[in-house]
Amino acid sequence: MEPIKTFRSRTVVMPSTNIDTDQIIPGRFLTTTTKEGLGQQLFADWRYDASGAPKPDFILNKPEAQGCRILVAGRNIGCGSSREHAPWALCDYGFQAVVSTEIADIFRNNSLKNGLLPIVIDEATHQWLLANPGAEIEIDLEAQQVRLPNGQSASFTIESFARYCLLNGVDELGFLLSKEADIARYEARRPA
Amino acid sequence: MSTPKTMFEKVWAAHEVVPETPDTPAVIFIDLHLTHEVTSPQAFALLGKHGLKVRRPDLTFATMDHATPTRTEQVFGGAPITIDSAAKQIRQLEENCAAYGVELLGLQDARRGIVHIIGPEFGLTQPGHTIVCGDSHTSTHGAFGALAFGIGTTEVGHVFATQCLLQKKAKTFEIDVRGRLSAGVTPKDLILAIIGKVGVSGGTGHVFEYRGEAIRAMSMEQRMTVCNMSIEAGARAGMIAPDETTFAYLEGKPRAPKGAAWTAALERWKLLPTDAGAKFDRSISIDAAALEPMITYGTNPGMVVPISGHIPDRKGDPVFDAAMKYMGLNAGEPIHNAPVNVVFVGSCTNGRLSDLRATAKILAGHKVAKGVHMLIVPGSQEVKRQAEAEGLDKIFAAAGAEWRESGCSMCLGMNGDTVPKGEYAVSTSNRNFEGRQGVGARTLLASPETAAASAIRGRVTDPREFING
Ligand code: SF4
Repeated sequence: MEPIKTFRSRTVVMPSTNIDTDQIIPGRFLTTTTKEGLGQQLFADWRYDASGAPKPDFILNKPEAQGCRILVAGRNIGCGSSREHAPWALCDYGFQAVVSTEIADIFRNNSLKNGLLPIVIDEATHQWLLANPGAEIEIDLEAQQVRLPNGQSASFTIESFARYCLLNGVDELGFLLSKEADIARYEARRPA
Repeated sequence: MSTPKTMFEKVWAAHEVVPETPDTPAVIFIDLHLTHEVTSPQAFALLGKHGLKVRRPDLTFATMDHATPTRTEQVFGGAPITIDSAAKQIRQLEENCAAYGVELLGLQDARRGIVHIIGPEFGLTQPGHTIVCGDSHTSTHGAFGALAFGIGTTEVGHVFATQCLLQKKAKTFEIDVRGRLSAGVTPKDLILAIIGKVGVSGGTGHVFEYRGEAIRAMSMEQRMTVCNMSIEAGARAGMIAPDETTFAYLEGKPRAPKGAAWTAALERWKLLPTDAGAKFDRSISIDAAALEPMITYGTNPGMVVPISGHIPDRKGDPVFDAAMKYMGLNAGEPIHNAPVNVVFVGSCTNGRLSDLRATAKILAGHKVAKGVHMLIVPGSQEVKRQAEAEGLDKIFAAAGAEWRESGCSMCLGMNGDTVPKGEYAVSTSNRNFEGRQGVGARTLLASPETAAASAIRGRVTDPREFING
């Protein structure tokens, strides 16, 4: 994984609340056995009509959304299915952060494992972002700050270990593997 | 005396390989890792990439359920699986399990079924265990007093490689269900009411513990229905303290402990329930006796009303407006008599024998309404065999319902069992998200009883019309 520190991007705003992972990537695309290419099917049922043509009024099909790397979503994004295909699709499309006031647990965990920052911010900042789609904002992972173009900033929290992994581009598996001796000791005392 | 502990805290403490520090999450040992074809391929690939093995194949168990066909000729008759990528995924699971030494219930295995149905059937699901699966409804297994939760595919890879997970301790949330459910009101109705009350994100960061008289009175199958949908309120897991009902269910199951090991296990399990005086981070209580059958009207499981009630009028709320538009229903209308085109009975929520019995009891002597397609899919091949031994399949056939081989089927429509665009489906599954059961499908979640009654009338129907008279 590439280390992530600070990046700037314009935002794409999807104000719906409770955007579940079935919307992010519908179930019929889960028969894939790799992670690649899922960006094509991101939000498929909102993005394409029955013939597969892009729906012009869906935000990702609009010219102003092109190249945006930050998705601002309504309250509680990522609920529902545990499919990691949701962050894979968002990453494959080019998103690097998802911003909301609430993010569902499993989706949040899955995002962290893929270098997609799940950023939970305060209500006032969220309202500002919803009201200003396309604003260019800066996300600083080290300082855990979102900086708005109006000079204001908001803080967010990503637990220290996940932050360490993201900042250094290391994955968590290495850490787990380094606990081999502890795991072996635990196994020895565990009831059968 | 040590401080009183909740059941969650006891199970957590017993599985800490390395405790949490200010800088690192805890390393938690996993007693049982269930896996299936959809969320495992990329995890096996991770092992391949790092040259790792599955550390504990003895604690790993695989089935195929999500993308598998339910038509007998495709399962047993050699007819091709229509969706190529699904066929490939099934083959890949077979290859991966063979390569890594993981026990797999193959497509034609007589014990195959939905992952959350077979764990308990095998007796693999046991009190006090930590259980994970790359599937959010892993919360089902919490009915046994296990700490069971869904994980993503990267974490599936972590568990394959180390039998451990990095976890932050969740908060605890007590759901006290007082009194008893009345006739015709089921555990499905209870959990839908709980989700309506807590909200779809109200449980985020928490583990539920369901307690109280109504829970104690439930069978294991009923408790599983309740725990299954914990995730729909945002909770990672839902737990119910093990008791004599739990022990009676498990005794003699193929993989449950035997002999002296059984006695020792019982002793451990009896220590699991939450101590008197233990503190939960949050608590709510709900009056079971006041509930009636519940049904959803919108596009998340929290948009739910009593069957005699009306769709609320929240015009102006964008979520509500979008849901009404998608569902083609109107604010303020009664939900009773809403249209029905498809009825689906099955899934890890309501695909067990008792659910099929309840369905058959209402269907017996009736016909599915003209123009309604009713699909009944057992949760496992074992459930199918038992249902057939009791003649339930005959009742379904006589009523004009379709009876299939086991699998997730129309719960998520991955295998091609889908609800046609724009049609209304009363489903006993757990998610009514847009497109969940097929592109443009309109799902109303309810109990098997409500599903069966609605199939007969061809309209959303209160099952008590059949039960009481
Ligand atoms: S039945 Fe539905 S909810 Fe249950 S495991 Fe299968 S797809 Fe998931």
